[in-house]
Amino acid sequence: MKTTYREAMREAIREALQRDDRVFLMGEDVGEYGGCFAVSLGLLEEFGPERIRDTPLSESGFVGAGIGAALGGMRPIIEIMTVNFSLLALDQIMNNAASLQHMSGGQFNVPVVIRMTTGAGRQLGAQHSHSLEGWYAHIPGLRILTPATLADARGMLWTALQDPDPVLIFEHGSLYNTAGEIDDDAGAVDIDTAVVRRAGNDVSLITYGGTLPTVLAAAEQLAEEGIDADVLDLRTLRPLDTGAILATVAKTHRAVVVDEGWRSGSISAEVSARITENAFFDLDAPVGRVCSVEVPVPFARQLEMAALPSVERIVDAAREAVGTHG
Amino acid sequence: MTVPPGADEAGADEARADEARADQNRADEAMADAERSRFLLQQMLRVRRFEEKCVELYSAAKIRGFMHVYIGEEAVAAGVLANLTPEDAVVATYREHGHALLRGVSAGAILAEMYGFEQGCCRGRGGSMHLFDQATRFFGGNAIVAGGLPLAVGLALADKMAGRSRVTACFFGEGAVAEGEFHESLNLAALWQLPVLFCCENNLYAMGTALARSESQTNIALKAAAYEIPSWQVDGMDVLAVDEGARRAADAVRNGGGPHFLELRTYRFRAHSMYDPERYREKAEVAQWVGRDPIDHLRTSLEDSGGLSAEQWNDLQQDVDSEIAQAVEFAEAGTPEPVDQLTRFTYSDRSAS
Repeated sequence: MKTTYREAMREAIREALQRDDRVFLMGEDVGEYGGCFAVSLGLLEEFGPERIRDTPLSESGFVGAGIGAALGGMRPIIEIMTVNFSLLALDQIMNNAASLQHMSGGQFNVPVVIRMTTGAGRQLGAQHSHSLEGWYAHIPGLRILTPATLADARGMLWTALQDPDPVLIFEHGSLYNTAGEIDDDAGAVDIDTAVVRRAGNDVSLITYGGTLPTVLAAAEQLAEEGIDADVLDLRTLRPLDTGAILATVAKTHRAVVVDEGWRSGSISAEVSARITENAFFDLDAPVGRVCSVEVPVPFARQLEMAALPSVERIVDAAREAVGTHG
Repeated sequence: MTVPPGADEAGADEARADEARADQNRADEAMADAERSRFLLQQMLRVRRFEEKCVELYSAAKIRGFMHVYIGEEAVAAGVLANLTPEDAVVATYREHGHALLRGVSAGAILAEMYGFEQGCCRGRGGSMHLFDQATRFFGGNAIVAGGLPLAVGLALADKMAGRSRVTACFFGEGAVAEGEFHESLNLAALWQLPVLFCCENNLYAMGTALARSESQTNIALKAAAYEIPSWQVDGMDVLAVDEGARRAADAVRNGGGPHFLELRTYRFRAHSMYDPERYREKAEVAQWVGRDPIDHLRTSLEDSGGLSAEQWNDLQQDVDSEIAQAVEFAEAGTPEPVDQLTRFTYSDRSAS
């Protein structure tokens, strides 16, 4: 059936609310307004204000309340408008959600799901455009999901809600309008493994989330030049599916990691390090990286576009990797 | 009671019987009051002796890390926790040994935790500032000032959504009042009428910062009232006043009255932590508050009213001393968790879930 990323996410929330009485959605403007990005449009009318719960502008307060409600036996879905706002709740996410189980010696796990929009490309200026999922992937105790496809938008949430530990879902803002087909009976998907989205033998392009469409476009362009790229969608940034990363590198012997986060201290750095630690002798070229330029994301369109990974930069990096010993 | 003129013999008998029953009721009440008081005295003494032992063991390097003791503030935890049921929840701070103990976590498990041993209430993963206990619904133990308040709001939200009549008691110091999480949490609890009992332990100093140096409004109960939360100040050095205030507040919360707020005015007799040279307050001020020691105060008043015999006081002390001695023995016999278990409890054991 036809759907969009936004509708797929909404269906996932609706299904969760229908299947489990403990599930509720809480966040700023999720109810009356219909969701900042219209993901929850119509759910208030269907499920009522107890379960589609509008909150004051108190990120730390309502994220912490979600963590507390999870401790109290509920299965909350917390929506934070954008990743930058999540910094106001970082204390609760890191010091409580990620730490309680360990500090309590295994007595208190926190089955909360926190969703937020991430990423640039829509001229929203620095404070609404950053990609901080790599930061969150630094924190033990969290699971970090980055659905990039319609099927993952539809299927990751239910699996995340079955997880006994805190799960953060990062939805790239440029994906919400993505339209396409999914199976009529599309449902829960696994959240443990990376997936090859395009098979090829010449170079591995490793990415996740909002840059997957850009990388697939770059792969098509490379194909026209006779370079056949293997595109790996990481899907989950923590824990990383190291096996899948090593498998694609074993096949192509060349890798370019594409990440909308900044280069220094990024998830792309972690992927690159795992390749060199584990597959150094499989490599025919240095691991390449295409990341955002290290600047707060600017408003002006040409500057913003220049800051982000582009088809052109990805193609260049792939050519370089292939050309080194090609 | 006088018998009205003209009353018949049967009426006079009835009046005398009424009088006797009233006398008996008053005597029963007095006895119950004395028993309650002795219980609270014992609870405070358990915390005091436990904390004194902690200081001793810290000095002997048996306990390491940051450690904060509750000496002087015992009336607050004793009075509030005496009004909770086992189904209720408790969220506390990094100065929480006493709360854990009075909530029902064994002294040995707390002490073993501070030793860093596997037999500790958190297997040595938490330490002094992070005591947790599932069996008694004790949710920490939080080193981030005000970090526990949103959790308490969420626990209460879960209870309300599930239709359970439980109270979540949330302890925090007056330093938390300056944090955004305090205001966000009070607003949410009031807006959604959640069953939270907010207990502000106002000991006048946020580490070394005096209340008047950090707050434009030093009446904290007033701040809570601004969120439409029923709130009142209580003498936190008088355990009977705390008991009474907490009973009223907890009953109201339990009966659907929404959040309530107690500002418990108390004082920390010892340093903030074991590293504090106490440059920020005068010795005379400390001495003045020590003169209002909640344990001495209740003991004297009980003795004066005949509610505590020398023998009862002796027995009570012996019980407490023996509890602490057993706890030390338990902790001393503890064992460190093998290092190969290091990464356990970062995520749930999948095989068990």
